[in-house]
Amino acid sequence: MIVVENLHKSFGDVHVLKGISTTFDKGMTNLIIGASGSGKTVFIKCLLGLFQYDEGTISYDGKVFSELSRNERRNLRSEIGMVFQGGALFDSMTILENVMFPLQMFTKMSNSEMEDRADFVLKRVNLPDAHYKMPSEASGGMQKRVAIARGIVNNPKYLFCDEPNSGLDPNTAIVIDNLIQEITDEYQMVTVINSHDMNSVMEIGEKIVFLKNGNKEWEGSKDTIFQTNNDAVTDFVYSSELFKKVRKMYLDENGN
Amino acid sequence: MTSIENIGKYFLMIAEMFRKPTKWSVMKNLIFKDINDLIIGSLGIVAFISFFVGGVITIQTALNISNPLIPKYLVGFATRQSVILEFAPTFTSIIMAGKVGSFITSSIGTMRVTEQIDALEVMGINSLNYLVFPKTVALMFYPFAIAIGMFLGVLGGMAACVFGGYTTLEDYILGIQTDFEGFHMTYSFIKTFVFAFVLATIPSFHGYYMKGGALEVGKASTTAFVWTSVVIILLNYILTDLLLG
Repeated sequence: MIVVENLHKSFGDVHVLKGISTTFDKGMTNLIIGASGSGKTVFIKCLLGLFQYDEGTISYDGKVFSELSRNERRNLRSEIGMVFQGGALFDSMTILENVMFPLQMFTKMSNSEMEDRADFVLKRVNLPDAHYKMPSEASGGMQKRVAIARGIVNNPKYLFCDEPNSGLDPNTAIVIDNLIQEITDEYQMVTVINSHDMNSVMEIGEKIVFLKNGNKEWEGSKDTIFQTNNDAVTDFVYSSELFKKVRKMYLDENGN
Repeated sequence: MTSIENIGKYFLMIAEMFRKPTKWSVMKNLIFKDINDLIIGSLGIVAFISFFVGGVITIQTALNISNPLIPKYLVGFATRQSVILEFAPTFTSIIMAGKVGSFITSSIGTMRVTEQIDALEVMGINSLNYLVFPKTVALMFYPFAIAIGMFLGVLGGMAACVFGGYTTLEDYILGIQTDFEGFHMTYSFIKTFVFAFVLATIPSFHGYYMKGGALEVGKASTTAFVWTSVVIILLNYILTDLLLG
């Protein structure tokens, strides 16, 4: 479990995160949503330790990140998998080498054991035949799957995804969403996804944290988001006519 | 103020580069790859430039010796001194700042832009050790390239002498053997090691800490070239004064 308490982060005079507190549970897909500029990326980078926060605490299963030594932080990070928005695959390596990379760095496995493990996770993300392609030869959807495979190859406790389905067609986006949810359940990881894709919210939002102007405006799930009367949430989530109709149908069906 | 900050940041980067080393089995491959990219890949241009510049030095020296009292073997002597003391270690390093330096800045800068460095950090890898240390070690083999440059520079001078008819082969050989001081080679290789370190770290610094997109990668490469050249020229002066002054 990841517990965030009263998190503040500023860049110069700009106060980006204004006292965010929340928890992210194991085995659940936790979504952070909000408009562009709401502080989602800064929040996830603070969680990952890529940005130093000004105030507050972040604890990973009871270990307070800011109290850890440099080496303890690096050890904690070896338990984290991350799927970057653009994939962040190492472009000088093949797809197989990309997936094997965390194993080479953190395990004492033999080469054949690493290949077997990488082969297993590549099959798990439905990429059985792409081992020897370079990342530049793979489509956007394939790159995201490779990034997920690299993220989970080391059996991480925590998986972070920064807009995992941005730039993908709706079908592939749903495939990626479902894959992340299945893997989260299978490996019982704490998964935190940064998204502003409403399909993801409705599909896999087991827990949703809505940020607005650096504040936590609302917290709930894909079920409770239909019933909320919070104007900021409804304006953001149901901004399109389609989603307005979907919400109305849901509320009519459920007698609200 | 920014320059002072950057100098501090540069030295902190160097200190960080030696912390939490990457596994040797991985590091070894990175070093071999960088030796291939940075040293072996540069031998062609170093050889080409050294050979022809050696020839030009010889021709210009020969053409400027018009006094019949000055012995012709001085052409070989002047070529050897110019090539060993300055051309091979210093000016080849300036050329390498353009070739190797911009390669290092753009490759690390592109990794920054595409979040590959963030990916390394999130995995708990010391990205500075992973990216900069192997390049620094690889460039410690740079003196081999310079030694080849020295040999080819003197050889180029000899070819120009013989084929251009500026002096005889015997005079040229006598010249390159005259008053040879072993310390000049030591001085030259000390400079080369220092320049190699500069060639590895300054372009890495500009690539690693760059911000922005593709356009900024190009700008960072240019800035890295300018600063690497400036630092090489300043260090050249300081080292020459210390070692030969």
